[in-house]
Amino acid sequence: MAGGFRVLPLLILCSLFQGILGEEHQPNRPTERISGSAGDVLEDDPVGRLKVFVYELPSKYNKKILQKDPRCLNHMFAAEIYMHRFLLSSAVRTSNPEEADWFYTPVYTTCDLTPNGLPLPFKSPRMMRSAIELISTTWPYWNRTEGADHFFITPHDFGACFHYQEEKAIERGILHLLKRATLVQTFGQRNHVCLKDGSIVIPPYAPPQKMQAHLIPPDTPRSIFVYFRGLFYDVGNDPEGGYYARGARASVWENFKNNPLFDISTEHPTTYYEDMQRAVFCLCPLGWAPWSPRLVEAVVFGCIPVVIADDIVLPFADAIPWEEIGVFVAEEDVPKLDTILTSIPIEVILRKQRLLANPSMKQAMLFPQPAQSRDAFHQILNGLARKLPHEESVYLKSGQKILNWTAGPKGDLKPW
Amino acid sequence: MKPSLLTSQPSRRGSHRQADSGLGGEGGGGAASAAESVFRSPTAAFWIVIHGVCCVISVFLGFRFSRVVFVLLFSPSSTTTISSVFTSVPALHAAVTNTTTTTTQMRALVLASSPPPPPEAEQNSMKSRVVVGRHGIRIRPWTHPDSEETMRAHWIIERVQREQRLQHGVRSPRPLIVVTPTYARTFQTLHLTGLLHSLLLVPFPLTWLVVEAASSRSNDTAAFLARSGLHFLHVPFPHPMPEDSRYWRTTESRMRLHALRVVRDRGMDGIVVFADDSNVHSMELFDEAQRVKWMGAISMRILTHITGLSTSRGEDHKSPVPIQGPACNSSGHLVGWHTYNPLPNTGATFIGAGKTVLPAKMEWAGFMLNSRLLWREAKEKPDWVRDLDEVGKKGEDIDSPLCLLEDASFVEPLGNCGRKVLLWWLRAEARYDSNFPTGWTLEPVLEATAAANHSARIDASPELPSNSKLMAGNQDSRNNNIST
Repeated sequence: MAGGFRVLPLLILCSLFQGILGEEHQPNRPTERISGSAGDVLEDDPVGRLKVFVYELPSKYNKKILQKDPRCLNHMFAAEIYMHRFLLSSAVRTSNPEEADWFYTPVYTTCDLTPNGLPLPFKSPRMMRSAIELISTTWPYWNRTEGADHFFITPHDFGACFHYQEEKAIERGILHLLKRATLVQTFGQRNHVCLKDGSIVIPPYAPPQKMQAHLIPPDTPRSIFVYFRGLFYDVGNDPEGGYYARGARASVWENFKNNPLFDISTEHPTTYYEDMQRAVFCLCPLGWAPWSPRLVEAVVFGCIPVVIADDIVLPFADAIPWEEIGVFVAEEDVPKLDTILTSIPIEVILRKQRLLANPSMKQAMLFPQPAQSRDAFHQILNGLARKLPHEESVYLKSGQKILNWTAGPKGDLKPW
Repeated sequence: MKPSLLTSQPSRRGSHRQADSGLGGEGGGGAASAAESVFRSPTAAFWIVIHGVCCVISVFLGFRFSRVVFVLLFSPSSTTTISSVFTSVPALHAAVTNTTTTTTQMRALVLASSPPPPPEAEQNSMKSRVVVGRHGIRIRPWTHPDSEETMRAHWIIERVQREQRLQHGVRSPRPLIVVTPTYARTFQTLHLTGLLHSLLLVPFPLTWLVVEAASSRSNDTAAFLARSGLHFLHVPFPHPMPEDSRYWRTTESRMRLHALRVVRDRGMDGIVVFADDSNVHSMELFDEAQRVKWMGAISMRILTHITGLSTSRGEDHKSPVPIQGPACNSSGHLVGWHTYNPLPNTGATFIGAGKTVLPAKMEWAGFMLNSRLLWREAKEKPDWVRDLDEVGKKGEDIDSPLCLLEDASFVEPLGNCGRKVLLWWLRAEARYDSNFPTGWTLEPVLEATAAANHSARIDASPELPSNSKLMAGNQDSRNNNIST
């Protein structure tokens, strides 16, 4: 009793002090709502806003390829397969093509793997062309718009340019037949041939169960300042350095290998996921292509991504305000990376962490099986829905032809 | 139109130059691309020939013969700079891998034989500043960390961790009351300093209740606590620590009970944590203490001297790691206790010249209880706790904190049901004949016979022979001091 009496005036005094000093006057919200340039659209539900018709292609375009090599389900290009499966059982699917807003062609172009697991793009243009020929002759909807209300998933390194090497990809350009279609791809770089206007940039596939299995308690203190694991020099293909990653990764290594704040190395530990959850910043530099699953991992594990890739376009850029969430460092500023990171104001860092803690943000980067609401599948559909309604110019008048079916390298014209 | 077979992107180079100079670059770029499309097929054939020649040469030489040689011979283009200062012109040619197998690991670089004719729209509107090709590796002159930045980074980390604690840790932390029995001995200051530094790191409001056995040298502890910077309560215990080490433990238990009575009489609110001065505590222990409802127990590892005690080796086979703590069943309920099984003659044994204290069957250190358990009247006070005055009244041996309870099954197991070890019991004491000074100053002051050497040491520059003589002189004087 006596103790209780004494506590009460103490409590009043304490609350007064809190009000006067007000050190942390903002409420300790763990997360914050995310709204991008298109508005607060991350949590939209696409069901009811669009209808998708899925073409029934012969299984040589999808199932047989997958049967030949089931590794395609686990690599970072697996989004094309999982998107097909999602659409087959989704509520936006319609079996009446007349009422469909969008048409989907399930062709797995990134499933021809080397023994090491890397996809070969050499047959992909022919496969895609063959599929388009099939749908244009079997159904009238392709010719109606020449593909402008069709979308394709091309998750390869440089999207629909179908080559792993950037110079070759630029030389090829986007497959001519896909000129009017909407491309859903992982590659995004401004002013680049392989990023078409109106494309939807998606995150690469990262296995959600594997990441969930390595979660550690959120009160584990973050004690690593900057974390990165990966190659700095690609000795096999670019021994002199300077070509791989435009020299940015090599620059990170040379400048910061002696810096104890930077936990960077090429060794891949078994605690990779746990370490990311104990880091404040995670580097996401470009490699041979600007995108990588590292961004997805950083977002899922709450580590602020430090994106070092000039002019990159990040996934769902209209729904997610990436400048507020990640740190963007120009490739020429890499030697000053430590200065840049340590001079970010602490409120900005805490706000970024709050935004990353938003579960919608993490969900939007993942492709869970079975699909859950607000995941990447739904964000793709949201993106497609935002492009509706189609303009009148999309529908061609009778006899009007825009696509040149013989354009492109001669090798692409061979039947697949 | 130089016959520069190896220029990879002259169109991009043209657009790059366009940024610097006016229209001339664009014209040049256009012309170059037009000209080179003419050369396309003969260039390709010529290229294959060169490739074959290089392969043959490589076979004979035994190492890779790079086509870069031809670049250096024919093309006066700029070279790669992997130097400390980056120049803004990107170099042109790519390294060549002379692979003879065709179905290899992809990503093998193939030299671009001719530039792509860019679409006109691109050249005018999409002036990308990102150029494909070889870039220099930018390295700054001083690649070591700057100390100010390191400090700022550590401050950022600390602030982030504080925010984490606020988000995920305890919302309204309860104050802690740390009960430490202590007595005057050689290592007292050492142990108390260690415990003090652990307690300074605890992020919750804390009161350090130090119960000290009566002794002649009682001012040291009070002075120490006053300097500590913690909120403390120095409680004197009326009886001194007995000389016979067998009774140390009972006296300490009585000291702790005395402290608990103080907690009750002052009506202190919070969680009582028993921390012995010689133990090592993990910070997570104090985080777990916040989760105590009435009484909790955590696992404690016992570090004892086991060398030289042959009987304990048998015990080591049974339990390689002596741990005291709660034992849980699979559903997380308390079913029993892991205890340390001490030797028959408990108390202390002589090991060498040192006297060690072995842990009891159940040490106080791993327990923590809500101070309201001790209050005479507290709402919702459970009935399985005994009245504090009853405990020890009949002079019984209070050997464990479970004596405070009627029913020991209500103790909450903490630290992931006892799986986490948050505390290490360790009793390291000095040799019984040691004469450790209590402070930094040696008393009495060095005698006057050392004064001449002393002043010489300050004035003279360090010359080796005289220095060693001085060192020897000081050594002697110090030895003299100890023996007196």
